[in-house]
This record gives sequence, structure tokens and C-alpha cells, in this order.
Amino acid sequence: MNLSKQQTFSRRSFLKTSALASGGMLISFNLFTACKSDVKPPIDISQLNFNDFNAFIKISDEGKVTIFSPNPEIGQGVKTSMPMLIAEELDVPWDDVYIEQGVLDTENYTRQLAGGSQSIRLGWEPLRQTGATAKQMLVNAAAAKWGISPSECKASQGVITNPKGETLGYGDVVKEAALLDVPEDVKLKDPEDFTIIGKNTSNVDIDKIITGKPLFGLDYKEEGMVYASVLRPPAFGQVLESFDDTAARALSGVIDVVVIGEKARAHLEGDKKSWTAQLSKSDKVVVIAKTTWAAIKGKKAIKAVWKNDSELESTESHDKILLDLLNGEKFDTRRKDGNVKKAFANADKILERTYESPFLPHNCMEPMNFFANVTPEKVHLVGPVQTPEDAAKVVSNMLDRKLEDIHLEMTRMGGGFGRRLYGDFVYEAVEIADKIKKPVKMVSTREDDMTTGVYRPAIKYKIAASIKDGKLTGYHLKEAAVNINMYGLIPNFFPAAALENYQVDTVNYQSNITTGAWRAPYTNFLASAEQSFFDELAETLEVDRVQLHLDLLENVKNNPEPNIEYSPERLQGVIKMVVDKSNWGKTDPGVYQGFSVYYCHNTHVAEVADIVMENGNPVVKKVTCAVDCGVVVNPLGALNQVKGGVIDGIGHTMYSELAFKDGVPQSNNFNSYQLIRMGQTPQVDVHFVKNNIAPTGLGEPTLPPVGAAVANAIYKATGKRLTKQPYISNMDLEKVVG
Amino acid sequence: MATFNLKINNKKHTVEVDEDTPLLWVLRDHIDLVGTKFGCGIGQCGACTVHVDGNAMRSCLLQVSQAEGMSITTIEGLSEDGSHPVQQAWKEIDVPQCGYCQSGQIMTASAFLNQNSNPSNSEIRDAMHGNICRCASYNSIEKAVKVAADKIS
Ligand code: FES
Ligand code: FES
Repeated sequence: MNLSKQQTFSRRSFLKTSALASGGMLISFNLFTACKSDVKPPIDISQLNFNDFNAFIKISDEGKVTIFSPNPEIGQGVKTSMPMLIAEELDVPWDDVYIEQGVLDTENYTRQLAGGSQSIRLGWEPLRQTGATAKQMLVNAAAAKWGISPSECKASQGVITNPKGETLGYGDVVKEAALLDVPEDVKLKDPEDFTIIGKNTSNVDIDKIITGKPLFGLDYKEEGMVYASVLRPPAFGQVLESFDDTAARALSGVIDVVVIGEKARAHLEGDKKSWTAQLSKSDKVVVIAKTTWAAIKGKKAIKAVWKNDSELESTESHDKILLDLLNGEKFDTRRKDGNVKKAFANADKILERTYESPFLPHNCMEPMNFFANVTPEKVHLVGPVQTPEDAAKVVSNMLDRKLEDIHLEMTRMGGGFGRRLYGDFVYEAVEIADKIKKPVKMVSTREDDMTTGVYRPAIKYKIAASIKDGKLTGYHLKEAAVNINMYGLIPNFFPAAALENYQVDTVNYQSNITTGAWRAPYTNFLASAEQSFFDELAETLEVDRVQLHLDLLENVKNNPEPNIEYSPERLQGVIKMVVDKSNWGKTDPGVYQGFSVYYCHNTHVAEVADIVMENGNPVVKKVTCAVDCGVVVNPLGALNQVKGGVIDGIGHTMYSELAFKDGVPQSNNFNSYQLIRMGQTPQVDVHFVKNNIAPTGLGEPTLPPVGAAVANAIYKATGKRLTKQPYISNMDLEKVVG
Repeated sequence: MATFNLKINNKKHTVEVDEDTPLLWVLRDHIDLVGTKFGCGIGQCGACTVHVDGNAMRSCLLQVSQAEGMSITTIEGLSEDGSHPVQQAWKEIDVPQCGYCQSGQIMTASAFLNQNSNPSNSEIRDAMHGNICRCASYNSIEKAVKVAADKIS
């Protein structure tokens, strides 16, 4: 969608206004659905409960604007960038805007979810429309006061001006504006006229963060609150048999020891789709204490006996099973173009490689935790969760309470990466609170968090290309994964549609280890595998690796295909940009470059990694990253996102893995699990393609391509192709270097 | 349980806790200073960094009994109002993503710059190596430490 022209929207009103008892005007709106006609916005601000609207703007008598940001903040900056869209069209100085995290509970709100890099893409139009509609109402009110037509007024920076040069502030007309009908037609700004969108804007919580104010779930406290530490099975496949809590109860500060599990299981029995059912199979022993430390100590003092309930799995057996599956015949075909079989039969050369990746925990910096208080009046929940809507529904079902009784307040989140899409920790907190009838906070330790996770599953790919007369004639990708395969549109990502004969097949092995979405789900390793393969393919074909991609994309342009979601032009654009900005092919001796390009989460990205060898080890010095994500709403926040994605991607492809032995995770804290640290971090040089296309996400798409950029650079330095992650543990450098 | 007298952010606090309680939990649960964060509990991540007599220390490894008689500074006491040059540099560069690790990063950086106000790039990278940022805001942290060093010297 091109927005270079002004647009006019005419649709049923999706917002409501009301005058506030405390003075000022409240604009209530539902982001993605039109409001129902029978709901009324609250008159008193303290009554905000988001039952029918999922976002609010308050304009006070003094013209100050408060935006209740509807989306949970996990570090991707939407708490800043989404209000920027409203403020832009409302046309107020950003300094006069206050942002508050909305208290969100239940029923009618939509997409109150942070994940999939979708927030800004979906909010782009409705949020701007909301701002523009509110501005129009203020202008209409001012025009009525002056007895002139609204078209004779101008509004900018919170001030409305008439042809005589008289002015009224927004605050001067809020009372009248609140009573007007909501206009149906509003004009959105020409992107050329943006004054907030596209400007560097600091994180709205910056002052609180740098002074250590309570912001996160773990910081939340309430009068009379107690702490809970949960003992869960040490191995996947085990359940609780019995326990002895004598020693725990004898500790000072320990209040009680209870068992939970029944309610979550009862709920999950009816919910076949649950991703985290494995985590709720066993009963769990919970130590309730006056302090976090007493709870943690109490848990350590519990003597529990566990029994095997299903197979205890190991990485070694997973490796064998997945390789056997790749070599077998039991595949689902996800996409099939032309005749791959024939192309391979007629080939005079075939290139085939297998790529392997381990399980990964999310390791959010803030361990899982949640506050719950279950009383006859309501169920009060506070904490960091990416899916409050789902969590509220499950809790109402678990406790057999009305959805209106569930009041869920979201806190800032110390990282998400997909982990907080799953509400298992919310259900635990609720079950504990229901048992002990006290306000309680469930706190996981790092060990709990890493060993009872919802992991990125181990995945293996076998990729093969057929070559005839020096030309690429066919491409066949097979995926074998633990539990979950790529889905939906992913088999239509590049290189789909670029080749006449193309096939993607998947197969999976069902494990009792919990798996789920992890930053850039489905593609975080796929891109590494495919883009490493293309590097080797170009070499085999004796063509330039960059040119190979440009040519394949040319094929897509010449044979347009409706199922293809990526834009070949935009992919070519980022390729050319990264070649230019990285000095591709023109670096100093001793610097080795690797190239990679990928499309996912609606964003097009190309990357070049520069590495040098130091003491026989590859060191990533710099990554140049070209990104086409449409309009960059907040360049400062966008830079953080892009750089974070790249460095996170390098860390996990180089260093991180979670192995299993007899069902037990073999790492449980940062002494046995390696996360990237500053000394291993390259400088990331980011370039955005400038255009006026509606914005797309940035939290995820820069991560998938970087693994291959690094692997391809290491190949140039060492002559060794890396196919197994984490690379650092799977490269035998002595043999190839020196 | 025993009674301990602590000096935190230039104020005296008396707490009644088990003597093996890490300073981290005393700060968070007993004194309501929640700016100091829990990340790993084993000295590996730096989220819990505070200053003890001016040196950066992991409060998750320091038992309350060892902290008596020392002068402890937390993120809340680094400045009255966020005006410490390191805090200002963090704001200028807009370092935080999720923000959870950042008070630990700021405490490590400020103790380091106190001892070396004109550090080289590699000294900065070494000094900050012990603090994990899961959001990988490392480029911004590095830049902010440099900006802070300029402000200080
Ligand atoms: S919590 Fe103390 S170093 Fe991680
Ligand atoms: S900003 Fe999220 S962990 Fe550092």
C-alpha cells in the first residue's frame, strides 16, 4: 500500500467520546473492531476497564494528552511507537503526551498481544485514524464557537487557529468536542508532513528505567502479599509420586506447603491445542513464604520422589530420530512446483547438505513470575504476559468465574522472545492463590525458568539442488523437527517461485518436551540453513553469490505468483543496499565477508558479516544490515530492535544450546549455558530503505539471516562449511586453520 | 533470624532476616528497593550489581551478614534524580530495550568509570563483559559508556 497520497477514510465510527467528570475529554476506541453500538465509554477515568474499548486518549482542560497504550511492552518499543502514531495525527507536541500502560481485562479487546512483530503493522491505520478523528472533533468544536466552518480552521501542535489569527488550545474546546458526533470522514496526513513519525523518540519509560523504579512484574507488591516457589519435575516425562516437606516447614519464613496441578490439568484436558500441557501434567509442590529467599530455600528443602510417566528423552536419540526421518519417506508436502523428481533424475550434479540445530530456551532476563489474588469479588492478576486475553479466558475457565471477574494488569516485561505467549506461569499463580486465599507472587528462579521452559525445538534440514549444464534446475528442502514444523506461508518464502522445480516437505517427531514459539518462530534456523546452502550452491555453480540471488529474484518478477508474500523488488533493493554499504568484496586482507538475505515477518533484510581470525578463532567484527520495513516510525527504537536481533542471532547460532539427557535439561543457569556477551559482540551498521510503505515489524526479521552471514564468512576464512549449531562447539578449527 | 544494620544510599536500615539472605533479596523484599534486579542468583549476569564501598558487586552473592558496616549504593541512590552522568548517557543514547538488565549495567559502568574515567574501547568491553543483556543492547551500552566517560572527564 502506497501512502504517498493523502487518504480519506469513510467508515463506521470506531470510537466514542465522552466528557470526563474530572474535566477534559475521553476518547475511547477499539483498535481493530468497530465499537458495539450499545456500549458506553466510562465518564469517570477511574472506571477505565477496557471492557469494550482497548485504548483510550484523555485530553485534559489544559490540553495535556494521556494515551493509554494498548499493547504490552516486551522491549520492542511499541509502548512508544504506537502512541506516536496517534499523536502525529492528533497533532500535538510529543512533549505534552503522557503514556500509560492500559489496565486490560477481558472480553472485547483484540490483539492485545506482543509477538510476531505485528503490532505496528496492524496499528498503522487505525491508530492514525483515531488521532485524526479526535483532531477533527476539536476543530469542529472550535469552529462552532467561532461560528465559522471547520474548513476555515487550522490545527497544529495542539492549537486551533481561525482566519483572523485567533487561537484556541485543544484544552479550551474539549468540553464541547466531547459532545459532538464522531465524524465519519477524516483525512490522514501526507507522510511528507509528519512531525513525530520518523523522528528519534526515546523510550517512554526511560526515566523510570535508569532510576530503578518499579516497572516489571517481579517488582510488583501489595499489602499482605506472600511469595511462592514451585517445585516442578526435574525431567520431562516424570511426575510427582510423593514428597516430604518436614525440613521445608521448619525453616523460618516458610508459611505453608501446598500442592497444585489439578485445576490446570482439568482445564487442559478440554484444550487439546495447548502448547504447554506437558508443563501441567504433574502435581507441583509449592512453598509459600514471607520472602522470596525463604520460598526459594524452602523449595530446596523439599524431598520429592518422582516417577516416570513417559519416555525420558535425550539429545542423542533426537539426533538419530530426526536424521532417520530426513532419510525416510513420511513427509507432508507443503509446496510443490514443477517436477523436482525429474529434475534430480536428469541432473548431472547434485548438491545435498544437512543442517542441524539444538533446542533453545528463551532465557528472558526477568524470570517468569506472576501475581494473583483470588477473592469472592474478583480475580486480580498482575504481571508480564504477552497474551493477556487468552490468559484471562483460561483463568475464568479454570476457576469457573465470569470473565468480567478477571482483572489483569500488564506490567513491563523483562523480555519475551515468545516465552510469555504461554500462560503456564499465570495458571500456576492462580491455582496457588486460589488454594491459599492470599495475595501471592509466584517467582521462578533462573534454574526453574531454564529447565521447565517452552523451547525452540531441535530441527534438521536436508537441502538438495539439482544442476544440469551448469544451471540450477531444481530445489528440494526437507524439514524434520521435534513437535512443530514450519507452517502456513513459510514454504512460500524466497526461494519459492524463483525456480521451476521446487518442493518443500516436512515431517515431525512428537516429543514430551515442551516446545513453542521462539523469536522469529519457524525461520530462525531455516534462514541459516537455506542461506548457507545458497552460498555453497553459488560456489558449485561458479557464479557470484550476490548475483545468483538477484537473478533468481528476476525470475520471480518475470513469473508473478499470487501466493508469494515477499516482494522480489524489495529483496533486490536490500541486497543492493547491503552490497554498497558493506564494501562487499573490497575489504582489507584478513577480513572475510559472508552474505545473507531473507524475508520474514513482512520485512525484507540483507546482511553482510565481517569476520577476522584471532588466535585461530573467528571473531565477528561488524555486521552491515539493510532493512526494508516500510516507514520507520521511530528510528531510535528501530535501531535498537535491528541491532538486538542481529546480535541475538549471532549469539544463539554461535554459542547457545540446550541438550537433554534422560529427560533432564543439561544446562540450568548462565554458568552452564552461554549467552552472547559484550566482548563477543560486533558493531552493527544499520541502513533503512526509505519509502512510504506501511510499516512492518522489526522485533524479529533481522535475526534469521545473520547465522548464515556469519557461517559464510567463516567459510571464507577457514574453508570449512558450518552446518551444525551452535557453530563454536561444532567447528574443528585446528584441522582447518593455520 | 538476626538483626542487621545496613547503610544503604546513605540511610540506615535495620532488618531482621536470616544471616544467609543475599543482599539482593534484602534490598528487594525488605527495604523496597526493587531497582536491583534478580537475573541468575549465581553471579553470572550482573543484573543485581550494586556498589559496596564504591566497588561494583553482585548483590546475589553477598550475604547480608557480610554487608554490615559497608556503604551500599543501589541504582535508586546513584543520584537524587537520574542526573548521574552514566544515567544521562543511557538516556541520551536510549539504551534500554526491555530495560530489565539496565540498572545492573549502569551500576557496573558507573563503578568502572569512577576508577577509569578515560577508558579505551577494549577496556570498556572488558569491564562490561560480565553483564548480560538478553535483548543484546550491547552496541548502545558501549556507546553510552563512552558518552558517560566524556561527560565525567
Ligand atoms: S542475579 Fe546476581 S549476577 Fe545474576
Ligand atoms: S534491555 Fe532487555 S535484558 Fe538488557
